[in-house]
Amino acid sequence: MKEELQELCKYRELLYMLAYRDIKVRYKQSVMGFLWAILMPVLIVMAGVVVRYAYAIASGKPLQTADIVSLAVKSLPWAFLVSSIKFGCNSLTGNHNLVTKIYFPKEIFPMAAVLASLFDFAVASGALVVLLVILRAGWSVYALWTPVLLLTMVVLATGIGMIVSAASLFFRDVKYIVEVLLTFGIFFTPVFYDVRMLGAKGKWLLLNPAAPILEGLGACVARHQPPALPWLIYSAVFGLTLLLGGYTFFKHLEPAFAESI
Amino acid sequence: MSEVALRMEHVYKKFRKGEIYNSLRDLVPALTGRMFRQQDLRENDKREFWALQDVSFEVKRGEAFGIIGHNGAGKSTILKILSRIMRPTKGRMLVHGRLSALIEVAAGFHPDLTGRENIFLNGTILGMTKREIESKLDQIIAFSGIEEFIDTPVKRYSSGMYARLGFSVATHVDPEVVLVDEVLSVGDYLFQNRCVERMKQVVCNGATVLFVSHNLKAVAEFCHRCLLLERGRAVMIGPAEEVISSYLSRCGSAHTVDTHAKPVIISKVRFRNEHGECVRFKSGEKAWIDIEVTGRRRCEKLDVTFYITDENHREIFDTSTQRLGCDSFTLDEGLVFTCTFEVQLNLVSGIYHPSVLIWRYETQTNYDEWESATTIYVSSEDDVRGLVHCFPRVVRYQMLSRPIEMENLRV
Repeated sequence: MKEELQELCKYRELLYMLAYRDIKVRYKQSVMGFLWAILMPVLIVMAGVVVRYAYAIASGKPLQTADIVSLAVKSLPWAFLVSSIKFGCNSLTGNHNLVTKIYFPKEIFPMAAVLASLFDFAVASGALVVLLVILRAGWSVYALWTPVLLLTMVVLATGIGMIVSAASLFFRDVKYIVEVLLTFGIFFTPVFYDVRMLGAKGKWLLLNPAAPILEGLGACVARHQPPALPWLIYSAVFGLTLLLGGYTFFKHLEPAFAESI
Repeated sequence: MSEVALRMEHVYKKFRKGEIYNSLRDLVPALTGRMFRQQDLRENDKREFWALQDVSFEVKRGEAFGIIGHNGAGKSTILKILSRIMRPTKGRMLVHGRLSALIEVAAGFHPDLTGRENIFLNGTILGMTKREIESKLDQIIAFSGIEEFIDTPVKRYSSGMYARLGFSVATHVDPEVVLVDEVLSVGDYLFQNRCVERMKQVVCNGATVLFVSHNLKAVAEFCHRCLLLERGRAVMIGPAEEVISSYLSRCGSAHTVDTHAKPVIISKVRFRNEHGECVRFKSGEKAWIDIEVTGRRRCEKLDVTFYITDENHREIFDTSTQRLGCDSFTLDEGLVFTCTFEVQLNLVSGIYHPSVLIWRYETQTNYDEWESATTIYVSSEDDVRGLVHCFPRVVRYQMLSRPIEMENLRV
């Protein structure tokens, strides 16, 4: 494993190049250019506002700015996770030529997909910061947790990306399963709602490893509170295990890629 | 310097024929089905085939090593195993030094990116660092010969430009071991020559080259030693010319003998020199082609045409018994007619196919034709190019202070 990591290190420039290629191609061909990075989060936020508004009417509590801020803060990382997994899933099958013709560590493909999605996320985050300033959301020292939370998210995304990319190389319908899971995943993840809104049973939803991260972000940025540390550790451990397991799984299957694709 | 750069030891590679389950939807019923039926296992055995069987060879540092064989002999599989894209089923292999595989040079290109961007992309894919590429960028662009279009997306390129840019990037990796698979066959004649020159330069710089090609002439010119593969087995390893001639003697095209349709049949053809050698010839030497024609029905006024085509099956020489002053002959059922042409092989080094045709001038009828009846390899010690060998010598080579009068010159 040490050798493999050294080799990966040697090819890090390729990782940047492939991410750059993905970003460039995505922005070059689309009329909307950089708006593309914002479109998906904006749609999620708008959908969330509708849901929260309905909830506000049903519960009789008025919709507050903090709710919308929390919604926006959670939408972006969710969009990032979805796009990393989606692009990661197709990253090997979509680069058929490179997989069968040239040797280099193939885990670079799902990693580049994560990196390219991270770029989109950064663009959208820039817009979000402007929005937060306009909404006068304010900030607290707990916002310093944000990098840790995002890093956990990246680890989680990379782990899942490796597993689904290798799996979809062998079984083409994995792609469709992943798409369905991602479409409905938003309902099982606290993006539109907060876990506390579900009362005591809401705890179960925190078993979803993305949930504590999103909840933590909502707490740190929107509500100016510290994140729930035990759950966050759970997410981090889950993410690292997935990354390590996913990497081993990927490396184990890698020699068969060229002839199975 | 006689260190080993590449080595394969008893390498086996197994592939599965037919469709493999590539979706969960197919896999699940197949797995449950297998639990009930035992014969599936035997079916699986039948579907396996060995692309490589017990292949061992060694290439020394600085050597150019060729691999030849028919389509499907396993040549590309060897390259894929050496470049670590595939893992051998059994056996070991070893590569010393930075390896660059020119298997499909433009594989890493993205159509929407410009030529310049693709140089960086493909360069990093092949293992160069960004700084390395920057320092060689001008060389790479100059070698590809498409300076003008370097900032155009490569999807607008012609396929030749595509390949030229790809080759240009790939050969500037400065590898210690290069695997080349048929890439020299891209681009126009000039570019091909530049590629061969570039490969020779790479070898001169001490790199090891493994060269896979159907272009036997290039293999013969370029490689020191050669491996002949036949259905996944290494049949012969040795000096390039010997291996090539052995390959050629195995692959003369079979003559389809349809006894009923044809009234006469070219039954035997042999091309030989005075020592009885049938495959390897020296430029300028005399050679004889013996032809035997068997009659099935009575045919009148026949002539034998003998022609030679080059590697690309272009006709470069043509003659016939009638044009050489012989009378036409009549062949009866059961009789055999034979003739021998003598020729002087004033050809440049290369691969040639002697062919035979039985023709009736009067009615312009083709009775039987055996294209590429044999395949020969002509080699020449002089470095001459083109189609024919005119056996040139330099007889005057001097500096003068005044103009010469051509009329007064004597040899």
